Amino acid sequence: MKKIIATLTAILAMGFSSSFAGTLVINTDLTDPAPKAAFEWAFNKFQEENPDVTIEVNNFDHEGYKQAIRNFLTTSPPDVFNWYAGNRMLPFVRAGLVEDVSDIWSDTGWVDGNLTEGMSHAKKPMTIGGKQWGIPYTYYQWGVYYRKDIFEANGISVPTTWDEFVAACATLKAAGVTPITIGSKYLWTTAGVFDYLNLRTNGYEFHMALTKGEIPYTDPRVHAVFDKWDELVKPGYFLENHASLAWQEAIPPMINGEAAMYVMGNFSVALFKEGGLTNDNLGFFQFPEITPGIPMAEEAPTDTMHIASGAKNKTDAKRFLIFLSRADVQEEMNKTLGQLPVNSGSKVDPDPFLEAGLNMLNNAYAMAQFYDRDAPAEMASEGMKGFQEYMVNPDRRDKILERLEKVRQRVYK
Amino acid sequence: MGWFSTTPFLNVPVSTQITYRKSSWWKLNQQRLTPWIFLFPGLLLFLVYVIWPIFNSLYISLLQWDGLSPAIYVGLSNYIELLDDEYFYISLMNNLKWLILFMLAVPIGLGLAIFLNQTIFGIRLIKSLFFFPFVISQVVIGIIFSWFYNPRGVIGPFLDKLGLSNYAILADENFATYGIIFAGIYPQIAYCMILYLTGLNNLNTDQIEAGRMDGAKGFSLFKNIILPQLKPATFLAIVVTVIGSLRSFDMVAIMTQGGPYGSTNVLAYYMFETALSEYGYRMGYGSAIAAVLFTIMMFYILFFIYRMYQSEKKGL
Repeated sequence: MKKIIATLTAILAMGFSSSFAGTLVINTDLTDPAPKAAFEWAFNKFQEENPDVTIEVNNFDHEGYKQAIRNFLTTSPPDVFNWYAGNRMLPFVRAGLVEDVSDIWSDTGWVDGNLTEGMSHAKKPMTIGGKQWGIPYTYYQWGVYYRKDIFEANGISVPTTWDEFVAACATLKAAGVTPITIGSKYLWTTAGVFDYLNLRTNGYEFHMALTKGEIPYTDPRVHAVFDKWDELVKPGYFLENHASLAWQEAIPPMINGEAAMYVMGNFSVALFKEGGLTNDNLGFFQFPEITPGIPMAEEAPTDTMHIASGAKNKTDAKRFLIFLSRADVQEEMNKTLGQLPVNSGSKVDPDPFLEAGLNMLNNAYAMAQFYDRDAPAEMASEGMKGFQEYMVNPDRRDKILERLEKVRQRVYK
Repeated sequence: MGWFSTTPFLNVPVSTQITYRKSSWWKLNQQRLTPWIFLFPGLLLFLVYVIWPIFNSLYISLLQWDGLSPAIYVGLSNYIELLDDEYFYISLMNNLKWLILFMLAVPIGLGLAIFLNQTIFGIRLIKSLFFFPFVISQVVIGIIFSWFYNPRGVIGPFLDKLGLSNYAILADENFATYGIIFAGIYPQIAYCMILYLTGLNNLNTDQIEAGRMDGAKGFSLFKNIILPQLKPATFLAIVVTVIGSLRSFDMVAIMTQGGPYGSTNVLAYYMFETALSEYGYRMGYGSAIAAVLFTIMMFYILFFIYRMYQSEKKGL
């Protein structure tokens, strides 16, 4: 009995202590080693600078987090939580679960505030209804990863236009190499290809309008994207059986030299290198131009930090968000993450992929978040299913687009 | 005789032996109430965890709700949308395929049980090896079979010999479902087998002897003497197999996630996908699918209960 009472008191004491001012409760999903190390460093650094604040971290499994966030935001909101920019945060913002942090984005007296200064190019994806709902701390580029040695062996130089790109695919195919590897079991990889074809054919504004539901999927401009896609799918330039492979499972063909390119995000570099590729035979190039004259926008999914509207300690939460936005902090964290800092004052390690990415994104006309973050979840899920079906059965294009149009009319009602 | 009837003890009027105590309401109704008191905890849990959720999800199926924002009442529009949803029909068809093909587990299980019902050295070990698939978690079986099916995996070389090099069944919209069912049936056979093995242990040897004497042999002995005695085992095997096929969720979730492009969806997984997956959160629509699945199961369960009731009446 004594034991039970002791335990109860301990639990009660914990309950009270967590409501003290100066405790900052952070919910995250840092299960992968790199993000975990980066954030551990950031938490320690923040506590060093702010000895009056105690950080309490609730760590969730990465996949489980996507479910858990809905529960904890409504039932026991933390002070700070991580999530993603764009439409991914929209349902939570709309449900009033996210705190408006517009004040730290402009000069309203917060120490080191006025985040717009260093991160103006990333302000748009954080904005809904004219207000900012969080801060970005890292992003990464998408593009084409390729085998330099295979390109050289076949006399191919890095393609910068669509015609060169298709010609390169034809040469590779003739040489018995699968031009583009892809694993579409979990669907999202197909959206990367679609997004780039769309961004290059119709431009960033069209991408945003399409994902906002303003354009029918049966529109001739959408068909134009699929016309370009046809040029890759119909001659069989993509890896066979991609529908049964996860994105990681599509990497071995490229490591074995059976495939030459992968339209992917920069997080894949680690896997390529684990498989034995080096900076000598693995390269990166920007997705080539399709419609001449359209400004080049890129895919750069951004990871973000937010404050829950039910947070108990909003002051320290905002101090933490400002801290995470600082150039020196983002620089250090992204060195560990192997990704790109959002703050334009930060530098990156001398790594050819990061440098290429930083260079590309700094000169980008605009940054798309990715089809499944820009479009609402329901539309994204149906859309990506459709993309996968199209990549296996290109003849069903009309049927698929009609179905997507039906979904669009329902989702954006 | 005389001394018997004159025994003083028996002459005492009966009524004086019984002392009427004032009986309480409890005493009077004890017999009728006791079962309910014992049932109460179970019934309470059943109400809270089964009955209430059923009606609640039927109610949610009339709403448009993402689990966060306020719900909007939309009447039957979720069901109307369901009628026009090709993924729904694909899922329904797949459920049917599961149901029919899963039934194969019953005869195969019976065959294995008869085969293993021998008394030779080490048969216990062999029996347990055959039962092993049922002990492994479905998740593990799903993962192992996806490795098998991978064209670069175990069966790759065999497929090459068959002229099917690089064929991935799980990427083929026409055959992926069969690939999953095959994986799912593997532990189910073991389950049916063990049911029949216990059945075979309880066979009445007298009847078999009598049948033999009357000249029954081979298949006719099996059909007329043994199979009728295995009726309870058969009934149970069919019941668990039907249930197993209707809850064919885990295999689909692990092996294909309903893909490629929804062609291996079953109702249970489609419900999960629309209501609870990363891109889902259409609680109303998911509940409508659940309601359809519930109706189908209800038919089956009612039939099952009817059969049970009938056989109880006969005293079986």
